[in-house]
Amino acid sequence: MVRLSAKDALGKRGERLAAEYLQEAGFRILARNWRCAEGEIDIVAADRRVLVACEVKTRSGTRYGTPLEAVTRKKRSRLRRLAVRWVVANGVLFDEVRVDVVEVLKDQRKGFTIEHVRGVG
Amino acid sequence: MSLARTHSIALVGVEGHPVEIEADIENGLVGLLLVGLPDTALREARDRIRSAIVNSNQRWPNRRITVGMSPASLPKRGSSFDIGIAVAILSADGVIPPARIRDLMFLGELGLDGRLRPVRGVLPAVAAAAAAGFCAVAVPSANAPEACLVPGMRVVAAPSLGSLVGWLRGRGRPGPQRGRARPREGAGSPASPPQARGMEEGEAAGVLVFEGGTVPEVPGGNGPGSGSGSSGRDLADLVGQPAARRAAEICAAGGHHLLLLGPPGAGKTMLAERLPTVLPRLEPGAALEVSAIHSIAGTLPSGSPLLTEPPFCAPHHTATRAAIVGGGSGALRPGAASLAHQGCLFLDEAPEFSRDVLDALRQPLESGEVVLARSGLTARFPARFTLVMAANPCPCASAAPTRAACTCPPLVRRRYLARLSGPLLDRVDVKAEFLPVGRAELLSDRKFTEPSSVVAERVAAARQRMASRLRGTGWRLNAEIPGRELRRRYSPAPGALAPLERAMDLGEISARGVDRVIRLSWTIADLGGVARPTAAEVSYALGLWLGLAP
Repeated sequence: MVRLSAKDALGKRGERLAAEYLQEAGFRILARNWRCAEGEIDIVAADRRVLVACEVKTRSGTRYGTPLEAVTRKKRSRLRRLAVRWVVANGVLFDEVRVDVVEVLKDQRKGFTIEHVRGVG
Repeated sequence: MSLARTHSIALVGVEGHPVEIEADIENGLVGLLLVGLPDTALREARDRIRSAIVNSNQRWPNRRITVGMSPASLPKRGSSFDIGIAVAILSADGVIPPARIRDLMFLGELGLDGRLRPVRGVLPAVAAAAAAGFCAVAVPSANAPEACLVPGMRVVAAPSLGSLVGWLRGRGRPGPQRGRARPREGAGSPASPPQARGMEEGEAAGVLVFEGGTVPEVPGGNGPGSGSGSSGRDLADLVGQPAARRAAEICAAGGHHLLLLGPPGAGKTMLAERLPTVLPRLEPGAALEVSAIHSIAGTLPSGSPLLTEPPFCAPHHTATRAAIVGGGSGALRPGAASLAHQGCLFLDEAPEFSRDVLDALRQPLESGEVVLARSGLTARFPARFTLVMAANPCPCASAAPTRAACTCPPLVRRRYLARLSGPLLDRVDVKAEFLPVGRAELLSDRKFTEPSSVVAERVAAARQRMASRLRGTGWRLNAEIPGRELRRRYSPAPGALAPLERAMDLGEISARGVDRVIRLSWTIADLGGVARPTAAEVSYALGLWLGLAP
């Protein structure tokens, strides 16, 4: 396996933690790191009858702003389009499509705090 | 998710309108959205407030925050809403209990470091808050003396957002720190035991609570006029112009407008600058009104914010119309005419002012206020001032003692003074001509000059007489009595109007001029202790109005 840089390793770890967190919260994980020509969805999950396209943002500190702030309007609408693409590609029907953001922030004691924001757009 | 509400004041002119600030924290893209007609300075509050909250060791709610300010149709300008917005956000986030901020009004700007910075217009804003039924206001420490001028207001003065939040959370109650009259020097270190700087006291450190209405004592002379007071100027300096000194005294007593005409060096500017020294000090109500205007203009002295001396405003003759009557884009500012409210507006070299500037003064001269209409709002600034204009008789302005030395052709001379338009001169009650002074006059007049304090006493006595006659009418000065009332209630003694009737027959005076002369004659009567103007007072007044040196 290719060695990941520290930044990418942190991101991978964050995505794993986020997936565990969502599972515990009762979400059904449908796919992770689903890619298509337009981009990637970190986690595709189902919250009962709602399809959730979930973006995971991991940071080791807030020096460059909080992870949540890094999700812009542009990113949100791209996730929404990607979610529709996923539905088309997989042929599963949902009542609603939602975009969530999971923030994974490393704190001083090497632990992580996870914050989940539902429905950013 | 959660909603919180605070209150602030939006100023339009000198009137304040209560503004409700609502902060709503909800899910969505992280950011702060400001709605409710903010201007650029207020839009920039987004970045100021965020930095201030983070640097005050408070958590910035990482959510979508919508801040709405209502009434939404009222344009909101400036940075004085910063604190209200920041407190609303913190309260919506659950940091500050809503009950603590329900009856509190917030005014002030935030620094990036969380310090509270003083803003302009605190005095009229706090007065508006009192009128709207609020009884407590939170202001930056530097604005506290100004806010304390309003009676019946509790003033919470905080040096920083962190200390204000600490105080609002109910910790560090300001029991021993309660100030009485005005903040001491170094308000950050009140008389609390320094060792008790635990978390609880430390959070609210520096917050002082004052009871408003305790008007700080102003050091300096008291009684009518400050005499030769702080400026070091005195009417006695003006030697050789007894008629002009007398004219100034009459104008000071009755609030009449004055035109000083004469060659350079005769003492026109000197006289105008000494006019405030014979004016009585402002009454408490007038002092608050004047201070409110200067508060908006940002010209209040920070230590003792209550102006008790009548203001003197002398704009340069290159001043624009907006500088004189007020205006500007964005927040409307009072002009020189309003800054001279209850005092004296001096236009030196009056013919050099542009024509439209001079004519813009006609409306405030008549109504005593400036009404500025802009899209979306109309602002009123009081502007009841004594106008003093100085002019040379001609552009060559020869200082020589005789008129023969003037090299200007007659047409040029006439054109020069014609720049002061007829309608404007018609509103000027007293036209005093300065005659060139010779050596003998200078020496002989030295015996007759009186110091300002003596003249000020006469002026104060005359105003007393005026006040007792005008009691219950709403006017204070003879110059303010409307023409109709003047003819009905305040007509001079029988037969006294004979000189006026003659002047009218000769076409020397307009109908409005007649009213003005009658007002003037009342002031002369008041100064002389005469119960009602007689023919002597009326002809003296007519002489002053026509501009003949009596």
